[in-house]
Amino acid sequence: MSKIVKLISANCGKIRPDSVEDYLNSGGYAALKKAFTMEPLQIIEEVKKAKLLGRGGAAYPAGSKWEQLYEIEEFPKYIVCNADEGEPGTFKDKLLMEQDPLRVIEGMTIAGYVFNSHDGYIYIRGEYRGLQKIFQAAIDNAKKEGFLGENILNTGFSYNIHIMTGAGAYVCGENSALLNSIEGKAGRPRIKPPHLAEVGLFLMPTLVNNVESFANIPTIVNEGGEKYLSYGTADSGGTKLICLSGHIKNRGVFEVPFGVTLRDIIDDPELGGGMAGGRKLKFFHLGGQSGPCGSPEQLDTVYCCRAMRNAGLSVGSGAVVVLDESVCVIDYLKKVTEFFIHESCGKCVPCREGNKQLYLILDKLSKGEATENDLALMKRLSRVMAKSSFCGLGQAASTALDSCLKHFSSEFEAHLNKQCPAGVCFTKKESGE
Amino acid sequence: MHHTFDPNKTITATIDGLTVSVPEGTTILEAAKKAGIIIPTLCHHPDLGVRAVCRICLVAVKGQRRFKTSCNTVLCDGDVVNTNTPEIREARKTVLELILSNHPQDCLKCERNGNCELQDLAKQYNVLEIPFASTHQALPIEEDNPAIVRDMSKCIKCGRCVESCQVVQEVAAINTSCRSTKYGVTTAFNKPLSASTCVYCGQCIAVCPVGALYEKDDTEKVWTALSNPDMHVVVQTAPAVRVALGEEFGLAPGSIETGKMVAALRRLGFDKIFDTNFTADLTIVEEGNELLDRIENGGKLPVLTSCSPGWINYIEQFYPELIPHVSSCKSPQQMFGALAKTYYAKKSGIPAEKIYVVSLMPCTAKKYECTRPEMRSSGYQDVDTVLTTRELGKMIKLAGINYEKLENEDYDAPFGISTGAAVIFGASGGVMEAALRTAHELVTGESLANLDFIPVRGLEGIKEAEVELAGKKLKIAVASSLSKAKVLMEMIKNGTCCYHFIEIMACPGGCIGGGGQPFGTTSEVLQKRLAAVYEIDKNSELRMSHKNPAINTLYEEFLGKPLSHKAHELLHTSYQQQDRG
Repeated sequence: MSKIVKLISANCGKIRPDSVEDYLNSGGYAALKKAFTMEPLQIIEEVKKAKLLGRGGAAYPAGSKWEQLYEIEEFPKYIVCNADEGEPGTFKDKLLMEQDPLRVIEGMTIAGYVFNSHDGYIYIRGEYRGLQKIFQAAIDNAKKEGFLGENILNTGFSYNIHIMTGAGAYVCGENSALLNSIEGKAGRPRIKPPHLAEVGLFLMPTLVNNVESFANIPTIVNEGGEKYLSYGTADSGGTKLICLSGHIKNRGVFEVPFGVTLRDIIDDPELGGGMAGGRKLKFFHLGGQSGPCGSPEQLDTVYCCRAMRNAGLSVGSGAVVVLDESVCVIDYLKKVTEFFIHESCGKCVPCREGNKQLYLILDKLSKGEATENDLALMKRLSRVMAKSSFCGLGQAASTALDSCLKHFSSEFEAHLNKQCPAGVCFTKKESGE
Repeated sequence: MHHTFDPNKTITATIDGLTVSVPEGTTILEAAKKAGIIIPTLCHHPDLGVRAVCRICLVAVKGQRRFKTSCNTVLCDGDVVNTNTPEIREARKTVLELILSNHPQDCLKCERNGNCELQDLAKQYNVLEIPFASTHQALPIEEDNPAIVRDMSKCIKCGRCVESCQVVQEVAAINTSCRSTKYGVTTAFNKPLSASTCVYCGQCIAVCPVGALYEKDDTEKVWTALSNPDMHVVVQTAPAVRVALGEEFGLAPGSIETGKMVAALRRLGFDKIFDTNFTADLTIVEEGNELLDRIENGGKLPVLTSCSPGWINYIEQFYPELIPHVSSCKSPQQMFGALAKTYYAKKSGIPAEKIYVVSLMPCTAKKYECTRPEMRSSGYQDVDTVLTTRELGKMIKLAGINYEKLENEDYDAPFGISTGAAVIFGASGGVMEAALRTAHELVTGESLANLDFIPVRGLEGIKEAEVELAGKKLKIAVASSLSKAKVLMEMIKNGTCCYHFIEIMACPGGCIGGGGQPFGTTSEVLQKRLAAVYEIDKNSELRMSHKNPAINTLYEEFLGKPLSHKAHELLHTSYQQQDRG
């Protein structure tokens, strides 16, 4: 049986992305029309039944988020689409925005209807500059055809979508930093509470969902929450776009139902197709740089939010970076930590100073200069960063390190003894001798 | 807006095993304090907005996966909080060590040695070594201006200065900028302060927990002058210093130190100890007459006071179109300087070039003010050097004076005589109250029965009142802090201002909260300094500026009458638009 189920990526590559006509011909906007016949609370009920877990990485139940915002009786409310797809190894929102933007627009429009909001914002990361043109064209065409703007489909409901762009800061993917950036402020996270549902964009109640989450809304409205849920597992409804990269044969975006295994994802010929380059799998990094690394022993874990969490893994953004035996864990973690040093907003101590120190200790390890004390200090630092940092960035910055300490403790030990099992570290020194 | 707390509702929770009942909305930090538990803080300041960035105030809340910062986390009914577990001690110490890993750790050579919140915490947490590698990078110390020194290599990025500059003052000369390792506090485009909108109020210094911000140290200049036998060194003391100086010597805020301060100054070797209160009285006579003149002759109203140099810097940059409203009176400090090198020179027979005028001020902007080109009415720089309250503390300590053992001494004639109306200049509303006491008599010819104008007293940012003056209603307002001044300036601009006379002080609470006052100023401390100011006034023999006999002598002997040509030459000035930022 095919492991691929195309609920939200079916149009990708099949239709002209900015063509409303093509979108309509492939069943587009049926959900919006249906939504207009439903009560907002009915729609929220379907999203709840669907068990749609946020696709940005945190897997927060979208239905609960919608319900909380609905209960707040303050207007205007804003709809914000988080398209600051910054997790390295993640490029699935790009696919949707580039190849089926109207699906995202339809999802955002349904949300607008549910919350009686008149303005939606999509915050597209600066690096996706090229794609913004396509997205804008899709917005313009939807407006021309009466699916956006004033009095949509003569329902009296008016809604516009504005494209906003950042300058490439990873931390702007954190929802409150993203809102600050839209407001023209520095993209740094806000103190919570108050939660964004209460005090969000321009201090008004705000819904922030990921691109892929919005892309699922038309499907949920069309097929109903129960049906949507049935595509996935009991806890994680529907499908997930996964991004395969690294030492794997088939790289790219794939849509899989929750419930496949990691082995399916990496080895199935329709999916990853196995390792590239003939070397054995050493580990895989899930959900972006902020996610954990897993070992080959965990390949039979079911790919759904609960099972992954129970195994100390994570779905996260859907990134699956596959790494073979040529990779040194220490060397890899140095790169991960470098990323967080670069991307820390800098305002809180554990993240700003902690990542630097993590890197320095990893660097010592990679040079054979580290001691048991350094290792202990690194563990302490990682612990404190995870529990004490201001936002998710600092809290998750040492997640990969933590998981590697669990799976590859012998490799850390080896580096204490100036040995690199992958043959990556110390090579320069050896050749120099 | 969002969920609001009901302060009338009491919630009960457990902190470190103690049952704590507090009003709903109380933070864990505050609730713990009530229970006798001190949670360490760095980026938190009781009078500023919460930033929660230093992460030192972490606590464990049962059921929460992560530690919570107690400064911003509200205690909920039934919470079980622990502030002193091995995990919390580890987290706090790690955070502290991380801060120190990016800090010069040169406490011995630091301005804040012995008076530093970071140093105190390092001691409290028994930091004997720092396990992390030093990532500290030396940066040039910025001292391009006469008032404020910025040593950003000491900055711990707590953001208190930014809160103060952006929210309390709304000057926004500084902000946090950049990201990650480059994250820090800068001016726009990282220009020097002198090329920013900075008004030199020094409120950033007042809230800095470490040695990253401090006033330009001018003590050495004063030592040099004092040891020069050819110089006649006189000092003037601002009203707000006497109620704060004691704090430099461990005394409670609000201790009235006038006599000891005079004694200490005399021990330091000043030839004459004078009082800025004298020229505060003079300011009232000049400004009171100016106000009445403007009201009677259709001059620009409202009249805005001009004593606070931070405020003058502010209006020159932010509201230059309103400069014509500002009283032409110089500040008391500058009136003093001009008179010291003219009237006093003549009277004492000492040539002006041999007179060195030192001001003792609660203020950093005064250091800038005395260097302004307008402030040379005597033909020389009228005030040579300005010392802050903190700098005087340093000099007294360096001189080996046992402050505790000093006996009260009196000011010297002729500028040592002053009234209660002058001392209240030190608190927001004081200039207004003093002016009203005098204006009433100027207009009616009768003394007021009750001299106390309670509505203009206190720490509230904007105060207003209406007073009867010979059948006419005079509407007045008082603002302290520049964000509050801004509110009134906007009213003038958009034509909704109904006031005749507005007093403005740049610092919250007025000069008692000046940027040069002892560290540790909070609204609680301000209340005590404030009470002391009014205590002095209450116990003064003379409480109306125009009743100061030395002022009357000054007019008789030298100035003629208020607003005379001579008075204008020495005591008045004008201001211009500035475009620094």
